[in-house]
Amino acid sequence: MTDPVLATYHLEKSFGALKATDDVSIDLYPGEIHAVIGPNGAGKSTLIAQICGGLKPDAGRVELLGQDVSHTDTRTRAKAGIGRTFQISALAMEDTVLQNVLLGALGAGGSPWRFLRPILSDRALRDAATQALVRVGLQDHAATLTSQLSHGQRRQLEVAVALTLKPKAFVMDEPMAGLGAEGSKTLTGFLDGLRTEAPILLVEHDMDAVFALADRISVLVYGKIIETGTVAQIRASKTVREAYLGDGA
Amino acid sequence: MIRESNLNALVLILLLAVPLWAVFNDEPFTITLATRAVIFALAAVGLNIALGLGGLVSFGHAVFFGIGGYAMGIFAHHAQTYTPVMEVPFLIEGTKSMPVIWLVAMVTSGFAALLIGLLSLRTAGVYFIMITLAFGQMLYYFSISWATYGGEDGLSIYVRNEFPGVNTLVPINFFAICFVILCLVVLLNALLAKSPFGLALNAARQTPQRVQTFGLDPTRLKLLAFIISGVVTGLAGALFADLNRFVSPTMFSWQMSGEIMIFIILGGVARLCGPIVGAVTFVMLEHFLGGLSDYWHIYLGALLLIVVLFARGGLVGLISGREIAHD
Repeated sequence: MTDPVLATYHLEKSFGALKATDDVSIDLYPGEIHAVIGPNGAGKSTLIAQICGGLKPDAGRVELLGQDVSHTDTRTRAKAGIGRTFQISALAMEDTVLQNVLLGALGAGGSPWRFLRPILSDRALRDAATQALVRVGLQDHAATLTSQLSHGQRRQLEVAVALTLKPKAFVMDEPMAGLGAEGSKTLTGFLDGLRTEAPILLVEHDMDAVFALADRISVLVYGKIIETGTVAQIRASKTVREAYLGDGA
Repeated sequence: MIRESNLNALVLILLLAVPLWAVFNDEPFTITLATRAVIFALAAVGLNIALGLGGLVSFGHAVFFGIGGYAMGIFAHHAQTYTPVMEVPFLIEGTKSMPVIWLVAMVTSGFAALLIGLLSLRTAGVYFIMITLAFGQMLYYFSISWATYGGEDGLSIYVRNEFPGVNTLVPINFFAICFVILCLVVLLNALLAKSPFGLALNAARQTPQRVQTFGLDPTRLKLLAFIISGVVTGLAGALFADLNRFVSPTMFSWQMSGEIMIFIILGGVARLCGPIVGAVTFVMLEHFLGGLSDYWHIYLGALLLIVVLFARGGLVGLISGREIAHD
């Protein structure tokens, strides 16, 4: 079996008496989409923050391509290949759509320590940015101010920005949040094709999307993974039904 | 509505036209006023690099203005008294050469900005404002107690410093030097804004968390912006001291920091020529209303209120409308 691209081993994180992450081991193999589901307050965001470097775990470790990155910061992990999207869009709202993706391309393949030539004169960056916009279908909005985009378009832009980073693994925090049925369906189709480029750790509430996309699902409840398995296994699991899905699933 | 780029050109042309008119009408005081406006504008363009692009609300930019002023004052003072600035560990002589003094002013203000930035950029928001203010006050009281260089009374320089090939004693010549520097710095600001550095800095202002996930370091970006900003304001300080042939602790005062910020807010934050429009407006109010009443700041306050409440983009925003997105 190949090695995982991204993995956590026995991660622990407490806030006072609250155990937000309790012995979480999770892995992501090449070409797969591994979804993490769980009720609100289950510790999904805390887990993502520990994987991406925003929070230091109390114990356990995070590995990217076999390298222990537990003690590195967000920046180093991003450079090492973790491409994150945010639940609440953290885009530069005063900038244009193109500027937002250019910035991702700059982080991936350029240096910000250039002062006198316009960034648009850098053909490689501009091409990388434009390609990412074409892939998510935002090419006609390149010059639009990000603040003027619809919610759905902002979600698309989040993904486009992550694409420019050319990561080894995507960590997506609820990319479907707030999307209508149509938008959700389009993005699901897109993410389905994306897994061959880099595997995706997908934290998502939209169960239709999760069941359509995930190769494996881990269910997080009160900071603990209560079950990991294929879609069929998770659907059939009594424990998961009781703790999270309910009888309708 | 006038396009902002046209407005910028118009502002610079007017700024050049007024002193030229004054030359032909033998009004040297008008040239001095215009030079004062240009130097204030330069200081504010400096702050605008930190504030407009980097979102750094520095309430201590008088530190750099004062350091620039004292760099000029100290070097010129030693040159006119024929004493060295220091002898140990190595000999440094005073000088009357503007380019050398500018270099000293820029290096020392840049170094001060590095130190202040390293400490204050660990904070944000109101704490950042307070720390920069605290540094300003520290240097203000230090300069008051620095008896070697005049303490509270400041330092007078008898003759304006020299620039190779230009008679700086002629007011319009000194204006021209300041004006050329202002144009170069505005050009630098425009280039920075569109460069990879400017884009990253602007994003670090809006969404620092996101910028980190790009592998970029928002603090380092802001620190460099703060240093560039300090260097420019320091250079303005050296020119201001040369304009007045006098330097005093007032250059370090918090009122000075406030005025530099007022220039930007009046003209328009992050607007290329906002600081220039603001500085010119300020100097005009100071001249015309100051002649009518000692309490002219009341009217300045009223204008500032109107601008803040009704013209969020400052006077430039009022005339040229919303900023269009950069392409």
